[in-house]
Amino acid sequence: MLKEIRPAIVMMVVLTVITGLVYPLAMTEIAQLVFPRQANGSLILKDGKAIGSELIGQSFSEARYFHGRPSATSAPDPADSSKSVAAPYNAANSSGSNAGPTSKALIERIQGDVDKLKAENPGAAIPVDLVTTSASGLDPHVTPAAAWFQVPRVARERSLPEARVRELVERHVEGRFLGVLGEPRVNVLRLNIALDALKSQ
Amino acid sequence: MTLDGWIQIALFAVAIVLLVKPFGGYMTRVFSGERTFLSPVMGPLERGIYRLAGVDARSDQGWLTYAVSMLLFNLVGFLGLYALMRLQAVLPFNPAGQTAVEPSLAFNTAMSFDTNTNWQAYVPEATMSYLVQMAGLTVHNFVSAATGIALAIALVRGFARRSARGIGNFWADLTRCTLYVLLPISIVAGLFFVWQGVPQNLGAYTEATTLEGARQVIAQGPVASQEAIKMLGTNGGGFFNANSAHPFENPGAITNFVQIVLIFSIGAALTNVFGRMVGDQRQGWAVLAVMGILWLGGVLVAYWAEAAGNPGIARLGVDAGASPLQAGGNMEGKEVRFGIANSALFAVITTAASCGAVNAMLDSFTPLGGLVPLFNIQLGEIIVGGVGAGLYGMLLFAIIAVFVAGLMVGRTPEYLGKKIEAKEVKMALLAILVLPLSILGFTAVATVTAAGLAGPANAGPHGFSEILYAYTSGTGNNGSAFAGISANTLFYNTTIGLAMFIGRFLMIVPMVAIAGSLAAKKIVPASAGTFPTHGPLFVGLVVGVILIVGGLTFFPALALGPIVEHFAMLAGTLY
Repeated sequence: MLKEIRPAIVMMVVLTVITGLVYPLAMTEIAQLVFPRQANGSLILKDGKAIGSELIGQSFSEARYFHGRPSATSAPDPADSSKSVAAPYNAANSSGSNAGPTSKALIERIQGDVDKLKAENPGAAIPVDLVTTSASGLDPHVTPAAAWFQVPRVARERSLPEARVRELVERHVEGRFLGVLGEPRVNVLRLNIALDALKSQ
Repeated sequence: MTLDGWIQIALFAVAIVLLVKPFGGYMTRVFSGERTFLSPVMGPLERGIYRLAGVDARSDQGWLTYAVSMLLFNLVGFLGLYALMRLQAVLPFNPAGQTAVEPSLAFNTAMSFDTNTNWQAYVPEATMSYLVQMAGLTVHNFVSAATGIALAIALVRGFARRSARGIGNFWADLTRCTLYVLLPISIVAGLFFVWQGVPQNLGAYTEATTLEGARQVIAQGPVASQEAIKMLGTNGGGFFNANSAHPFENPGAITNFVQIVLIFSIGAALTNVFGRMVGDQRQGWAVLAVMGILWLGGVLVAYWAEAAGNPGIARLGVDAGASPLQAGGNMEGKEVRFGIANSALFAVITTAASCGAVNAMLDSFTPLGGLVPLFNIQLGEIIVGGVGAGLYGMLLFAIIAVFVAGLMVGRTPEYLGKKIEAKEVKMALLAILVLPLSILGFTAVATVTAAGLAGPANAGPHGFSEILYAYTSGTGNNGSAFAGISANTLFYNTTIGLAMFIGRFLMIVPMVAIAGSLAAKKIVPASAGTFPTHGPLFVGLVVGVILIVGGLTFFPALALGPIVEHFAMLAGTLY
């Protein structure tokens, strides 16, 4: 039995070098060479500075932008680091709400959001993804239904004809992969960048 | 539920069935020590490792030596990982400046990755340095998976060999599995993930200025390399807190599809390895059929429950119906790109196998949608299961099933020509009883102590479900969570750490003993009285035994959690 101690130690060390250092470092080298944009987080640059990642949602609260889904991410409280405060779309601390289906806090939160959205676009049905937090808190997408829902508000705020905004959303709807996998969606950051570009044209 | 949803589920099933035979054939050659197309590259490396470790790969080990080798290797890995986390602040590859991991969390995490559980009581992007993620956690993703596969192969050898002393060589199985199976597939899958948007860099976190002018810090890292083995090795430990729901870990529908196929690939193909090694591939297909039936049952319930959604939300005037413009259903804790079908499917797969990765937050599933993952783990993760662990868990149930059949007709049970006698049945029962003992025992303790009750984030029956899920996940070496629970406390870190140890090693040791005892037996020639173990009758019997054992053991606990919550939800009761 004792003679198994040497292989136990040697194997652990050798496999650590192979799978824990050579493998990830070599993968990093190859990835940086072949897919540099993706390997570095698919960043969107403007004048050489990052304005975000096309894969990571960001917080939009101004009425002139399309909004993403509610986000449950948090950050340490600056006043007391043992506590945390709400910090939507904190991309250094991904997390969902973890509220269960019978949680009073969940239903009250949704009720509040529903009231706000009803005031904004009375008469329209409220898409469920617009009042529910995503799993990561960083969901870059909304459903096409949620984008359509916001068209009147955005058009009004930007003094654009609704048809113009509608056409922009139409162009940003991404379909299923090969028509089968996944769900139709709209990337909110890309849509908003296009919206800003529309103005400056 | 939509047609497109079912097409996606069917596509997944077809992909797995197509994989089983070729991949099973390849792994059979690898574990028999035969030449494969990778031998020219990996052969010299393999021989070099044996020389360095002073191992003779051709020498057979008896079951006890095999088990001791495995335990020693895991002990070394556990201690090394613990040290790495405690010392990360003074080691390189730490651009985010993470400080030393606190002792009880380091214990819990080292145990977690050593046992292929990958339970994470911490937020990775805010806790672990890149060095720990790579040289600690990624390494254990490989070796804990290889350990599980090696053990399954050892048990299969027990069935396949006759009058033999040994069940193989642990060091050879470990090395071959890593070099010929896990590493090459991880390289290919990892690069595919990078192509599809998963980051792979060692830079500091990116600071972005958003369109509205706010500052957003975007966590990065060597994600893709860990992502590939996390799925393939059914480890499930996320690079980020949100795991495969994080857009950097799982950016789209195609990465999601590849991830779920990776989770099932080895476990499903091992049934074919089993069939080939015992000389009758139908035996393997019968085992896979049992897994398939249980899997489909889980998908049906979970998909239906999540698509039906939460009546408490619909009541507020929210439109949760499925249409071409939205997936609808229970979208709390789910990502738009995955919708309902892919989230429910992923949840069933990750708990059928002992993966534990998630692409949606299970804590926010509907009660019955959340019951399926919970029950999957409680059944012992035998539906495909963890790499290796699933197969040996299933074979334990097969032993119980032939024993039950033997009792019914008053004949000594046989399985694959081996007489199943008192020793094997005792050992199988011992292994199976470990699950309820640890899951229900620890849950009971946690629900009556202040330290335990401080954990749940949700009140009412859902809070109980969170505790039950934590110990179920720990004991089952799954690693998924009803993640609202505050598990990073001395109490939970310690008790869940122990549950992971019990669930892994107290199950493995009796299992290896069975392998040793079976290998020593002669083969009894099949006669007219032999119960055939490749037909529908056997499949039905095993499914029945699994559901009866699992149901009788866990129904009372499930009734207190998800089942009562389901009725509360329908009645509109909130907590």
